[in-house]
Amino acid sequence: MARAAIPGRLAWRVARLAEARQETETARTLVFDVPDWPGQTAGQHIDLRLTADDGYTAQRSYSLSAPDRVELTVQRIADGEVSPYLTDVIGLGDPVELRGPVGGWFVWRPGTERPVLLIAGGSGIAPLMAMIRARRRSGDGTPFTLLYSVRTPSDVYFADELRRPDHGLTVALVYTREAPDGWPRPPGRLAPADLAHLGLAGDCFVCGPTGFVEAAADLLVARGHDPRRIRTERFG
Amino acid sequence: MGIVSPGFHGRRRKSAAELPPGQYLTNDFPVLSAGPTPRMREDDWEFTVTTETGREHRWTWREFLDLPAETPTVDIHCVTKWSKLATEWEGVSLDALLADVETEADFALVHSYGGYTTNLPLADLVEGQAWIVHRYNGEELAPEHGGPARLLVPHLYFWKSAKWVHGIRLLTDDEPGFWESAGYHDYGDPWREQRYQGD
Ligand SMILES: Cc1cc2nc3c(=O)[nH]c(=O)nc-3n(C[C@H](O)[C@H](O)[C@H](O)COP(=O)(O)OP(=O)(O)OC[C@H]3O[C@@H](n4cnc5c(N)ncnc54)[C@H](O)[C@@H]3O)c2cc1C
Repeated sequence: MARAAIPGRLAWRVARLAEARQETETARTLVFDVPDWPGQTAGQHIDLRLTADDGYTAQRSYSLSAPDRVELTVQRIADGEVSPYLTDVIGLGDPVELRGPVGGWFVWRPGTERPVLLIAGGSGIAPLMAMIRARRRSGDGTPFTLLYSVRTPSDVYFADELRRPDHGLTVALVYTREAPDGWPRPPGRLAPADLAHLGLAGDCFVCGPTGFVEAAADLLVARGHDPRRIRTERFG
Repeated sequence: MGIVSPGFHGRRRKSAAELPPGQYLTNDFPVLSAGPTPRMREDDWEFTVTTETGREHRWTWREFLDLPAETPTVDIHCVTKWSKLATEWEGVSLDALLADVETEADFALVHSYGGYTTNLPLADLVEGQAWIVHRYNGEELAPEHGGPARLLVPHLYFWKSAKWVHGIRLLTDDEPGFWESAGYHDYGDPWREQRYQGD
């Protein structure tokens, strides 16, 4: 009898920066060329490794923000070791090492047929953007709602893309510090009222800093969402 | 040495030598869970050990607190790369909980309130290597860190230290848990960097 195939080791691959775009003042989207990249499911992440010229290394995890290429969206953490290198230092053609894709739980696949609620806090939009793009690319008709919490209007990642009409996708922004002029909701943290109009059926994906994810997941459970249908990814 | 990323210098940590490969030191206590935090009342809490023959051993919260307490100070290593040194816990050794359990099993599947599971060899739960802890840093264990009580198996990656622990099933055959079914390593030794299947 054939046994289930044992997957091979997730090998480190050399990735070269092919494209970079400033998302906001503190965040950058980076696209890497990775020979023989095996592909990914929307929501998965990679491990990235940097090596200094004396052999010192540092590793961190980053979500893939696209479903079909090695694209990362990184927020600069002011006193961070790895993120400032990715947002401010690395240049086109420079190599890093990465391995993946990793994670078989915080993923969305076209054809799942249940409505989807995405809740992002800040850079937590990255893996959710991969899901939004996977849905659009596959022509999947599943209704998606994105609730995206940002500090100010200039902190919205993928702002142009999220503004473009995408049939079946509803985007609602929640500003926590400063809202655009005339915005009906006063700035403030995600609150029960922000979820009041949303349906209870379907799958929820919540991603962002731990405090945000805890608060958002608690709000969902309090509203009566089935906890087993709430998947979370915490960034730190 | 791997490929050098030009212009990367890194922040040298004094203690890097004490850390498993690929880990960095944090003073925070990050949270990793796959879903919402279950909220359990201690009065409703129960811990069960079920043997391979189906025999059940049960403890209520009160009965659990009556067992001899230990205060392990241990280093913990999360697969998401952070390590935290000399963390202080209080709880009951698995040796005490398993003292009257008769079993021939080689494996354990730990299960939690909220549905989480994780598997490990039974040998890794005994001989002073594992505890069910209910206090951290002199205080009640916070729900997001696994309160009322969690498993603590510090010599393996921290996902093995199941939060909101509810019970342990002793098994003759290994059965993968939640992350172990989702591409993570079956055993998870941080010193051998066993993060993912095949590592
Ligand atoms: C599965 C997973 C996916 C992730 N995906 C992304 C992603 O898509 N984009 C992204 O930008 N980050 C992501 N992260 C976070 C990322 O791995 C790093 O933690 C982050 O870039 C900081 O690393 P650093 O080396 O710059 O900072 P470090 O040197 O590690 O930390 C410096 C200081 O900043 C604090 N800190 C660490 N992380 C954060 C944070 N996220 N917010 C605020 N403070 C922090 C630390 O506690 C420390 O005090 C992800 C993390 C995980 C576990």
